[in-house]
Amino acid sequence: MGRKITIEPVTRIEGHGKVTIQLDDSNNVTQSRLHVVEFRGFEKFVQGRPYWEVPALVQRLCGICPVSHHLAAAKALDVIVGAGTGHGLTPTGEKMRRLMHYGQFFQSHALHFFHLASPDLLFGADGDPAIRNVIGVALEHKDLAVQGVMMRKYGQEIIQATAGKKVHGTGAIPGGINKNLSAAERDTFLKGADPLNIDKMIAWSQGALEFFKGYYAKNKDFIDNFAVFPSSHLSLVRKDGALDLYHGVLRAVDSEGKKILNDVDCQDYAKVIAEEVKSWSYMKFPYLRSIGKEKGWYTVGPLARLNVCDFIPTPLAQKEFEAYKALTNGKPNHMSMHMHYARLIELLHSAEVIKDLLKDSDLQKKDLVKKGKKQKEGVGIVEAPRGTLFHHYRVNADDQVTMGNLIVSTTSNNEPMNRAVNFVAKSAFNGKKEVTEGMMNRVEMAIRAYDPCLSCATHALGQMPLEVTLVDSKGAVIDTRRK
Amino acid sequence: MSDIKFTIDGKACTAKNGQTIVEAAKKSRIYIPVLCHFDGLKPAGTCRICTVKVGGRFMAACTTPVTEGMVVENDTPELQEMRKQIIEMLFVEGNHMCPMCEKSGNCELQALGYRYKMMVPRFPYLWPKRSVIADTPKIYLDRNRCVQCLRCVRDVKTSDGKNVFGVTMRGGKAIISIDKKLAAALSEEAALKAMNQCPVGCILRKEIGYKIPIGQRKFDTKPIGSELEGK
Repeated sequence: MGRKITIEPVTRIEGHGKVTIQLDDSNNVTQSRLHVVEFRGFEKFVQGRPYWEVPALVQRLCGICPVSHHLAAAKALDVIVGAGTGHGLTPTGEKMRRLMHYGQFFQSHALHFFHLASPDLLFGADGDPAIRNVIGVALEHKDLAVQGVMMRKYGQEIIQATAGKKVHGTGAIPGGINKNLSAAERDTFLKGADPLNIDKMIAWSQGALEFFKGYYAKNKDFIDNFAVFPSSHLSLVRKDGALDLYHGVLRAVDSEGKKILNDVDCQDYAKVIAEEVKSWSYMKFPYLRSIGKEKGWYTVGPLARLNVCDFIPTPLAQKEFEAYKALTNGKPNHMSMHMHYARLIELLHSAEVIKDLLKDSDLQKKDLVKKGKKQKEGVGIVEAPRGTLFHHYRVNADDQVTMGNLIVSTTSNNEPMNRAVNFVAKSAFNGKKEVTEGMMNRVEMAIRAYDPCLSCATHALGQMPLEVTLVDSKGAVIDTRRK
Repeated sequence: MSDIKFTIDGKACTAKNGQTIVEAAKKSRIYIPVLCHFDGLKPAGTCRICTVKVGGRFMAACTTPVTEGMVVENDTPELQEMRKQIIEMLFVEGNHMCPMCEKSGNCELQALGYRYKMMVPRFPYLWPKRSVIADTPKIYLDRNRCVQCLRCVRDVKTSDGKNVFGVTMRGGKAIISIDKKLAAALSEEAALKAMNQCPVGCILRKEIGYKIPIGQRKFDTKPIGSELEGK
């Protein structure tokens, strides 16, 4: 008797989605899908709005990483106001934005690791769900929980100092930034009272990495074999191949590490990437045009970034990067749980970049905005914590937006997440008649590794209980469990 | 002529002959909220947010001249509630999206919403369909946010005295319009003045939005009215 399992909604992720798993008469998985069931309308909302409003408007599609949308939109509008891309801004404009961005990375990665992912590692996939959550972490691993909260706070304070507010600020404006960093603010971030200073943040980032590596040493089989499948990977890289989360060129490698997208200018993204629509999800499926719909999908995010870049331009993170790359002999890493490892290396890198930026006197200068000959179209791409984020706008002669297109990182990870779900579903559900909570959690862990933001890939509100339903091949419900 | 003596909420105040209640209250450092009123402009009395009670009757403080022995009620629960209702009505009869509006922090309507602790609108949203006017070189007119205070109609004129803004339609359909030719000829100074006297985010000088960082905007640290009350 065939049956269909529905996990709805998936928990401890940002946003709202569900999973369906179809089993055949022998209880083997025949199909699994991650559905994103809300609708995002921001490409429509921006039409007719004045272009300078867009960075403030589009960031409202998410409360988790609005900075990424704020900056991607601002970068697209830099092109439109004639300031050029990336290094076209004044040094203060670009570096303030970078500080905002790396502050965002720092807090987002800390949030994901400590609050969303660590419960699975600390309590196990089959751990008691009553304690397998952030409250459980706070009760049983107080030091770790406090670090998570304080690291997030530090990153949020950086965002406030650069954007004006911790959530939904207005710092980035077309052509630059609306404030610099005062010497007092700089000193607070550099030498603030313990623990809120950059040296402690770097030390704690290293501590988080050591914690993960310790866990990995004890659970190598699980970490190396959970949701492993070959994939292409895409991200921004600096022109010299360095990891750069704010600006660069588009590069993609195939599952063997061969470059399949060779350092393409961001303004040309639409020449190399297209999007497919499928009837069962509001998320679109991007793919590389040169490879086609079927095989042109790719992964973005921490795993992809470390697979694509040649090196990390900060010493502590570079050292960790070298050890990490050695695990796969320099070849692309396809192990989904290594996403956490890569994310923690980026956490450390972000802290190092923040320190370097704080020591740069350009942040106290007053030349904030640059403009030139106006253009009708602009593309802004940044690496958001979850992966490459594309913003593309056209404006008319009256300064109104006529077209907006967003490809958010979770959209790019649509196919990889579906594959990860399929991988785990097959290993967890094949041949099983009864659904256990641990089985459901394994599916969620696969999704969670991507740190997906479904509210950003579409748009979501509300709480996320979890329901799994077993349905036979004729649609009759034979078992239901609810968290 | 000697000063006119009157009281506001029992406090003895004085006024010059011809001064309105709002003007005289300001001199005595008593805050009466205004929205359509703008110092230096002839009062219009369109928004009624300044409503006070005089001799048991509701009066617009911005248009009512002070008279000898006048007893004005201003800061009473009844009037505060009435003002709050007026603010709520202004919000629901337009399309006010404060979170992404570039006037946020500098908007008098928003500041009044905070002052009167508007939490949720008690009236149904009307969601009016209003178009924006963008095809002038300096001004972007977002009529979704207009509260029809008529400050722009009264204040923004060309050097030869022609009105740049006007009202078209009547009653509930009344809407602010702009003479595009005259607007195109506005000096930079006049365009900025037009934006700054608009109490909401309806009249905007193009391409300068969000230049003032959060924390340095007009009402970020000083709530509306605090300039008089010293709070």
